[in-house]
Amino acid sequence: MLDDFLNQFLPSTVGGLVFGSIYALVALGYTMVYGVLRLINFAHSEIFMIGTFTSLVVITAIAPASPLTGIALFGVMLLIIVASAAISGGAAMLLELVAYRPLRRKGATRLTALISAIGASLFLQELFALVIIPWLTGKPGRNQQSAARIVDRDTVFTIGNAAVRTDHIIVVVAAVIMMIALDRLVNKTKIGRGIRATAQDPEAAVLMGVSIDNIVRVTFLLGGAMAGVAGALYLMEFENTVFNVGFVLGIKAFTAAVLGGIGNLRGALLGGIVLGLIENWGAIFLGSEWKDVIAFTVLVVVLMFRPTGILGESLQKARA
Amino acid sequence: MKGNGVTGNANPLRRVGALFDGARDWWEHAKVWQRYLVYLGAIVFALILPAPVIGEFMSPGSDWTTVLIYPIGTYILLAIGLNVVVGQAGLLDLGFVAFFAIGGYSVAYFGTQYGWNYWATVVFGILLAAVSGVILGAPTLRLRGDYLAIVTLGFGEIVRITANNTDEIGGARGITNVPHPTDMPSIGVEFGVLPAPYYYLMLIAIVLVIIFSVRLQKSRVGRAWAAIREDEDAAELMGVPTFKFKLLAFAIGAMIGGLAGGIYAGKAVFIEPNTFPFILSATILAAVVLGGSGNLPGVMLGAFVIAWLPERFREVDWLKDALGKDPAEYRILLFGGVLVLMMALRPEGLLPSRRRKAELHEGTGGMGTMGAEVAGPDTDVSTTEAAK
Repeated sequence: MLDDFLNQFLPSTVGGLVFGSIYALVALGYTMVYGVLRLINFAHSEIFMIGTFTSLVVITAIAPASPLTGIALFGVMLLIIVASAAISGGAAMLLELVAYRPLRRKGATRLTALISAIGASLFLQELFALVIIPWLTGKPGRNQQSAARIVDRDTVFTIGNAAVRTDHIIVVVAAVIMMIALDRLVNKTKIGRGIRATAQDPEAAVLMGVSIDNIVRVTFLLGGAMAGVAGALYLMEFENTVFNVGFVLGIKAFTAAVLGGIGNLRGALLGGIVLGLIENWGAIFLGSEWKDVIAFTVLVVVLMFRPTGILGESLQKARA
Repeated sequence: MKGNGVTGNANPLRRVGALFDGARDWWEHAKVWQRYLVYLGAIVFALILPAPVIGEFMSPGSDWTTVLIYPIGTYILLAIGLNVVVGQAGLLDLGFVAFFAIGGYSVAYFGTQYGWNYWATVVFGILLAAVSGVILGAPTLRLRGDYLAIVTLGFGEIVRITANNTDEIGGARGITNVPHPTDMPSIGVEFGVLPAPYYYLMLIAIVLVIIFSVRLQKSRVGRAWAAIREDEDAAELMGVPTFKFKLLAFAIGAMIGGLAGGIYAGKAVFIEPNTFPFILSATILAAVVLGGSGNLPGVMLGAFVIAWLPERFREVDWLKDALGKDPAEYRILLFGGVLVLMMALRPEGLLPSRRRKAELHEGTGGMGTMGAEVAGPDTDVSTTEAAK
C-alpha cells in the first residue's frame, strides 16, 4: 500500500494540479457571485458546460488533421479560450437577467433564489441535451461528444517518475494567468472597487454612487468568463464533454470555493488546488471510483470544522 | 400584497392561484362535519381510483394501477416526507433521494441475503434512514441554510456512488429478486404479480403518513418548526431548542423517505444505484415547491401533477409527432422551467398555506435575503427592511 502510494505520489500530484486548476477557475464564479449576492449560483456548472461545447464547436470547425505546435497551437488555444469565455460570460449574464434579477427586485428569500437556480440548472442541461447539442453536432444529445486532439501529449520534463506534459503546462499556466488577471481587475480597477464595495455593504455602495445592477451584471460576466476558460481547458485536456459534465464538477468547484473561504478570490485558487490534490492522493488508496466521494466528504468535513474556509471569507465580511 | 410590482394581476398563474386560495379559505372556515365529509370523499375516491374507467383516460398506454404505485404514489409519499423538512422546518434538502435509497436497499439486501421478513426489513429500513438522517444532520444542521443544501446534495451523491462501488450490495448491477411483501392469507391478501394489493398498501402508507404529518404540524413540534422557519434567531431566543427540532425534522423526513423506498422495493423486484439519481431529489423538490411547500394537499397535488403529466403526455400522439420523440423526455426541461417561473411569479406554490404565503411575501421565509438587495425605484422599501 505504502509502496503504491510512493510510486504514484508524483504522477497523482501532477494530475491533481491539472484538475485543481480547472476547479479553481470554476470556483471563482461561485465565489464572486456568492460574495456579491449571497447566492449559490447552482447553474454556474452549466455555464462551464456551455464553455466546453463552445470549444468543441470551434475545434470541430477548425478540424486540425494532426495536433498543432508553435504559433498555430497558441492561436487556436487563444481562439477557443476567447470564444468560450465570451459565450459563457454572455450566458451567465442572460441567466442572471432571467432567473435572478426578478427575484432580487422582489426581495425574495435566499431559499427562493436557490430553488430558482436549481431550476435554471436543470433547464439548461436539458435544453442542451434535447435541442442544442443535436443541433450543433448532429448526434444524440445525451451521448458523450469527443473533440479532435489539438495538443500533443509530449513529455516536457520529468520530476521523479512523474511526466509533465505540454497539455498539463498549458492548463496550469493559462489558469494562473487568468486568475492573476482577475485578481488585478478586482483589486485595482474602478469596477473592481465597485464589486468589493457591493460585497461589503450594498446599501452604502449605492449611496456612494455604485450601480448595483451593473455590478451584479459584471460579476456574472466575469465569473461566467472564467468558467468558459475552464471549459476550454477541460475540453483541450480531456477531449470529450457531455451535457451534464458540469454537475459533479460544479459541486466540486463549489467545495473548492468553500474550502478556500467563499467570497475570497485567492482562496478559490488555493481551495481548487488543495481539493484536486486531496482527491488524487486519496484515489491512490481507495481507487479512482471513490474520487467524488472523497471530494464530497472534504466538503462536509470543512463545513463542520471551519465553515469560513482556509483563508476566511474576505470579499465581504462574513454575515450570518 | 407588497413587492408584487413585477407580476401584476393579469398573469394566468395568479388567477389559477386565486382559485386555490379561495378553496383554502373555505376549508379554513369549514365546519367539522364538512371536513369529515371531504375526508370520506377523498378516501372513497382513492379506493376507486384504480378503476379501469378512470385509467382509460388517465393512462391509456400503460397499466393505470402500476402508474399509480410508481411514480404517482411513490412521489406523493416522498413529497410528504420532503415537505416535513422543506415546508415545515424550512431546511433545503437536496439529497432526499438518499433516504429513499436507504429504505429500498435495506429491504432488498436483508430480504435477499438474510431472508428477513419483508415487514421487518421495511421497519429496519425506516430506522436506518432515520439514523442516517441524524448522522447527516448532527454535523451539518448548524450550517447556514444554503450550505446545508449543498452538503445534503453531496450526501445524496455519496450514498449513490457508495452503492455503486460496493459489491456486497450488488455494485452497479444492483439487487435482483427482491422479495415481495409477505402474503396475508388470513385477510386474503396476496402480493403477487397483480398491482392492486401494492396500490392499497401504498394508499395505507400514504394515509398513515398524512395523519402523522398533520398531527405533528398541529403539535408543539410543528409550531417550533414554523418558528424556526420564520426566524431561527428569534426562535432560539424564545427558548426553542432549534438544533434539536431541526434534527427531528431531518429524522422524520428521512423515515418517510425510507418507508417510500421499502414499499417501492417490494413492488419493483429489482433496484440499482441509478434508481436513485440526484434528478429524483430535484423532481420531488419541484413537486413540493409547485404545490405549495408547507401545505399538505398542495404538496400532494404537486407530486401528482409532476408524476402523472409526463406519463400522460407520453401517450399523446400529435405531441409525439410534433416533437419527434417521446414527450416524457422533456419533463426535466419542463420541471426546471417551472421552478424558475414559480419562484419569480408565485414562490408560495399553487396551493400554499396562508402562513407560508405571508412569510414569503414579507421575505422571511427562511435564510434571510440575498446580498445585493437594495431598495431601487421599483422595490418596496418596507419589504426589504422587514427582511433584515
